[in-house]
Amino acid sequence: MSRLTEPDANGDRRPRAREGLLETPLADRHLGLGARMVEFAGWSMPVQYAGILEEHRAVRTRAGLFDLSHMGELFVDGTDAAKALGYALVSDPAALQVGRAQYSMICFPGGGVLDDLIVYRLGEDRFMVVANASNAAAVSDALAERIEGFRVVLDDRSLATALVAIQGPLSRQVMAPLTDLAIADLRNYAIGDGHVAGQPALVARTGYTGEDGFEVFVDVASAGHVWDALMEAGRSAGVVPVGLGARDTLRLEAGMPLYGNELGADTTPYEAGLGRVVKLGKEGDFVGRAALEKAEADGPRKKLVGLAVRGRGIARHGYELFAGDRRTGAITSGTLSPTLGEPIAMAYVAPSDAEPGTILEVKIRDQRVPAQVVALPFYRRTT
Amino acid sequence: MAQDLRYTKEHEWVRVEGDLAIVGITDYAARQLGDIVFVELPETGRSLAQSDAVGVIESVKAVSDLFAPISGEVVEANAELTTSPELVNSDPFGKGWMLRIRIADASQLGALLDQAAYEELTREG
Repeated sequence: MSRLTEPDANGDRRPRAREGLLETPLADRHLGLGARMVEFAGWSMPVQYAGILEEHRAVRTRAGLFDLSHMGELFVDGTDAAKALGYALVSDPAALQVGRAQYSMICFPGGGVLDDLIVYRLGEDRFMVVANASNAAAVSDALAERIEGFRVVLDDRSLATALVAIQGPLSRQVMAPLTDLAIADLRNYAIGDGHVAGQPALVARTGYTGEDGFEVFVDVASAGHVWDALMEAGRSAGVVPVGLGARDTLRLEAGMPLYGNELGADTTPYEAGLGRVVKLGKEGDFVGRAALEKAEADGPRKKLVGLAVRGRGIARHGYELFAGDRRTGAITSGTLSPTLGEPIAMAYVAPSDAEPGTILEVKIRDQRVPAQVVALPFYRRTT
Repeated sequence: MAQDLRYTKEHEWVRVEGDLAIVGITDYAARQLGDIVFVELPETGRSLAQSDAVGVIESVKAVSDLFAPISGEVVEANAELTTSPELVNSDPFGKGWMLRIRIADASQLGALLDQAAYEELTREG
């Protein structure tokens, strides 16, 4: 594979795959593991190794290892860090204790979602914002603009940071011997600063699968070492590498939104059922406040629901939904649920059709197939 | 790979048994698609025209058409694939068969690819 080594427009000198896609530091390992690679958000990423169903089931019953180095990591440091992020985001980062994290969103002034993200408080005056790969540059630009006038510095370390995640019920037992952090004491949505496999690392008890697990943030130079250590330590437990294909089926079962499907510039947090993330009661103005106050008061124009397909067929992104003869919405995400063995989906529908139990019809090719509104999530872990 | 098969460019295989053609998709196609989770086949008695899209094969991530390799009448569709679509991955030339078709025009078989031509088509690289 030929590689370009000239720095790109952003000054990024790292080797790229032939098609000009960015590669993570683990690219060679994925090839060695027989991964099928795809383009995702300008990166060459593994979509599957052994197969999506097998990888999905491994995460639900044992644990799986994910390369998420394509995601964005933005550090905000300074006296005004909490205030600046409180202005830039819809949540209240000032309310976070050091070592804790919160799910958040950055919205447009009109109230639509620019990205969903997790904010970690690393210190009194230091936060890490983790953004979706597809929006990392846009979030970086928006943050840079919004923090102006505050006493903070934005350090976009996305291209210098690798992220390896282990997710599944056996995650803790695999991680514990590899880290100097007291993993057993790391609560859900907490983050610690220590070492993994001897490498400096931030370890967060967060994830996108609905299982217990850890996200390990390291310098790109340490990524291979950490990945190898987790694979080796997890071997006897049956830990396998997992690609983006299973990542999608796992998060859908867990009822978690995907930006670009459930979230976008044309959806408000309220429509996505995520109004709890917007802290209208926090002090001070924030980008989108006026629009979101109005959206909250007016009520949603559409509502995100879970659907269980009750006939034969898989409901997929874009398929239309009907309540009788009236078109009521469209599928945002859908697949055959490996855990439930049935087709599941998420969709936006008219608020009057959003009550759990409501039977709608999804248009699959030229057939109308019954689909029932169900409460999210489809799957909840018991461990 | 099984012997005495003919193939289409869309990766269907055909095995002739008397006046019937048994049809499925190849292991190459099954590998490309990934885990197959849903198969929709034409019903018994339906008349198929060569190259028509007559069914659907769905993997976790994608929807693909099944094309009729030859014209004819559907004598049987593999009902096992309704409950066990994974048979297409595990045994694409055997238990993963899809259709038994009564051949309408045997000369159409000549237009299909033979083993060597199909191997050429699917040669990696």
